Amino acid sequence: MPRMALSHFEASLLFALLASVVLGIVTKRSDRERLLYGAYCFGCFVASLFGLGWLMYLGHR
Amino acid sequence: MSASKTPIAVWLPIVALAWLIPGGGHFLLQRKTRAALLFGCCLLALLVGLMMRGALFSPQTGDLFTTLIYCGGFVANICAGILYLFTVWMGYAQPDVAGHVHDYGTKFLVGAGLMNLLAMVDAFEIATGRKS
Repeated sequence: MPRMALSHFEASLLFALLASVVLGIVTKRSDRERLLYGAYCFGCFVASLFGLGWLMYLGHR
Repeated sequence: MSASKTPIAVWLPIVALAWLIPGGGHFLLQRKTRAALLFGCCLLALLVGLMMRGALFSPQTGDLFTTLIYCGGFVANICAGILYLFTVWMGYAQPDVAGHVHDYGTKFLVGAGLMNLLAMVDAFEIATGRKS
């Protein structure tokens, strides 16, 4: 099995993408709703990622 | 037919297959695109977790926090079904070591199981007629 060493950011983005796809599939009733909700979840993940990143950066200054 | 009136023989095989093979329940219910996406997401999360050398949990008891983390992590790992079973059968035994790569790997392995848990609940709801 090859090794993979993703950075924090890459690993978080990949996890956000996979989790968003699954959340979109299992929560909504039509394909359009699923797509929109998946995109919304991904946006929330990424916004949280940047928000928490800045919070930790400023908290450690 | 409401969920409470749906015979267990109708939904149990679907939920069991959904556990064993991620997306299998949706496949059995003729939701093949969703099944493929669910299988792909769980498989990719598990493979990334393995390639990042994440640790698999084994049940441990002690204080409340230890019990919650290790037993919860073990249940989440098992939820990945055949992917988890193959991983164990092939002899994967990564010790829990420090480092962000290993740590993310562990989270990806747990995440794969939790994603399949969501898929199992969704398959149950489709099988019992709560949603399409």
